[in-house]
Amino acid sequence: MKKAVKKRYLKEYAWGYLMILPLVAGLSVFYFYPVFKVIRDSFFDVGAFGKSKWVGIGNYEKMINDATMWQALGNTFKYVIMIAPITIIIALLLANFLNMKIKGKTFFRVVYFAPSITMAAAVAMVWRWLYNGDYGLFNYILNCLGMESVQFLTNPKIALFAISAVSIWSLFGHNMIIFLAGIQGIPQTYYEAAAIDGANGIRRFFHITLPLLSPTIFFVMITLLINVFQIFDTIYMMVGEKNVAMEASQSMVVYFYRNAFIFSKKGYASALAVFLFVIIMIFTVLQMIGQKKWVHYE
Amino acid sequence: MRKRKNGGYVIVYVILISGIIITILPFLWMILTSLKTQSEAVQIPITIFPKDWKFENYPAVFERVPYLKMYLNTIISSVITVMAQLIFCSMAAYAFARIKFPGRDIIFYLLLAVLMIPSSFFILPQYLIIQKMGLLNTIYALFIPKLFSAFGTFLLRQFFMALPNELEDAARLDGCNHFKIYLKIMLPLVKAGLVSMVIITFKYAWNDLMWPLIVNNTPEKMTLSAGLSYLQGQYVTDYPVMMAGAVMAVLPLLILFIFFQKQFIEGVAAAGIKG
Repeated sequence: MKKAVKKRYLKEYAWGYLMILPLVAGLSVFYFYPVFKVIRDSFFDVGAFGKSKWVGIGNYEKMINDATMWQALGNTFKYVIMIAPITIIIALLLANFLNMKIKGKTFFRVVYFAPSITMAAAVAMVWRWLYNGDYGLFNYILNCLGMESVQFLTNPKIALFAISAVSIWSLFGHNMIIFLAGIQGIPQTYYEAAAIDGANGIRRFFHITLPLLSPTIFFVMITLLINVFQIFDTIYMMVGEKNVAMEASQSMVVYFYRNAFIFSKKGYASALAVFLFVIIMIFTVLQMIGQKKWVHYE
Repeated sequence: MRKRKNGGYVIVYVILISGIIITILPFLWMILTSLKTQSEAVQIPITIFPKDWKFENYPAVFERVPYLKMYLNTIISSVITVMAQLIFCSMAAYAFARIKFPGRDIIFYLLLAVLMIPSSFFILPQYLIIQKMGLLNTIYALFIPKLFSAFGTFLLRQFFMALPNELEDAARLDGCNHFKIYLKIMLPLVKAGLVSMVIITFKYAWNDLMWPLIVNNTPEKMTLSAGLSYLQGQYVTDYPVMMAGAVMAVLPLLILFIFFQKQFIEGVAAAGIKG
């Protein structure tokens, strides 16, 4: 009898291991191993043909003294500070509107969502054309209004803002949908009670919707921040290698990409990847700690 | 009171409609430019509608770059990625949610850790592995590391966990093994999760830029995303042809979205809430 029970358990275990095996094997090769590999490589000088030479903390030393890296990091923070809050506010506002009794809800929802499924490379290409300094639609409109043309993408002072606008355009719809689902999950009774108390729409938003939606807002914030910290596609497509605004607009991931695959400095690029990871981790942990102050779980 | 309420609604509509204009404008400009001649596209004052509709820009894309090849590469790698993830992730998700075995939770936490790490962290070693395998500049390079996903597993596990135990117990009494329970009973019940995963994965695979850019450099082996950057780099000045390329690259996903908008929107919402 005991033997039979034991056998049944072993069989159970075997099924468990068997069913996770393909996934775990794949993740081990392409995700678990790379974690160690990238940390190891950050202490090496990795040449073009895979030959590597131990340099200790050389790459990190170089990184700390690399003004371009600090600028790229600063740019990344600027992207995060601009894109994340504006995207969240727009998404929240629109989600709230689409939860009201309005006509054409489906139409609005579908159109707003469209940018977030559109290929970033294509989006960036179109916006680059809209921003064009000589023939772009935006400058044409500015000229018609009697204003000077703006070099949106080649002026180092402006490029970063122009890129942020494109990112917000492609991100808000996705997050709006998540907020809308969250709002619809709030029990109607709260609003009915508030209506009896005579609370108007704006008060209802701040006193019911916002606190009850805070777990969703927290989730969106975490994922959005991790994404924006890694902004790449838009910058890569809109700012070319020869653009004078490159250093003023490149993010950490763009700088990482250029080091790894254009300048062929894979060891240094590994150090950059490790550094970026540490920064994202710190921010995620800070948010996890900070959430206790403002996120209300029922 | 009533009047004020209506006034509020007017503001809401004004904001919503301005939002629509801003959202649609780039799409519209992309299509309109793709139908102009190059000289009309760069002419001042700007014309909004093309004087003569130049549909030839579309076939021209196929002459400039191996666009058909890029299309096929994108379709093949996206479909294989989705199928593989569906199989591997759902199977593992079932085991993590429904079977007790030693080490299960530790392995699952490792998986969650992968989920927290930014993708740029893995990309360099992944490239070196593909290089070691001798697969750089092949179609396999486009999808091999993408076949396994911690995100998909995590998402589906949430769906499997929500199912009641009774179903499983009854099947066990009938002598079904775990694989049979997974395939015949549980999988059909987590359809919403599967749809959500397929949509998110397909969208990501179709649009991804950095990975194809890194592993493949000949145009014949590129995806549409990387191909567009190639098109842009080569013919900087021919805007209508570039826009025609962009229109064709985004069209398949947009058409799918229009037909399956309910599934798209619910899928994203489900992933947002379950995550």
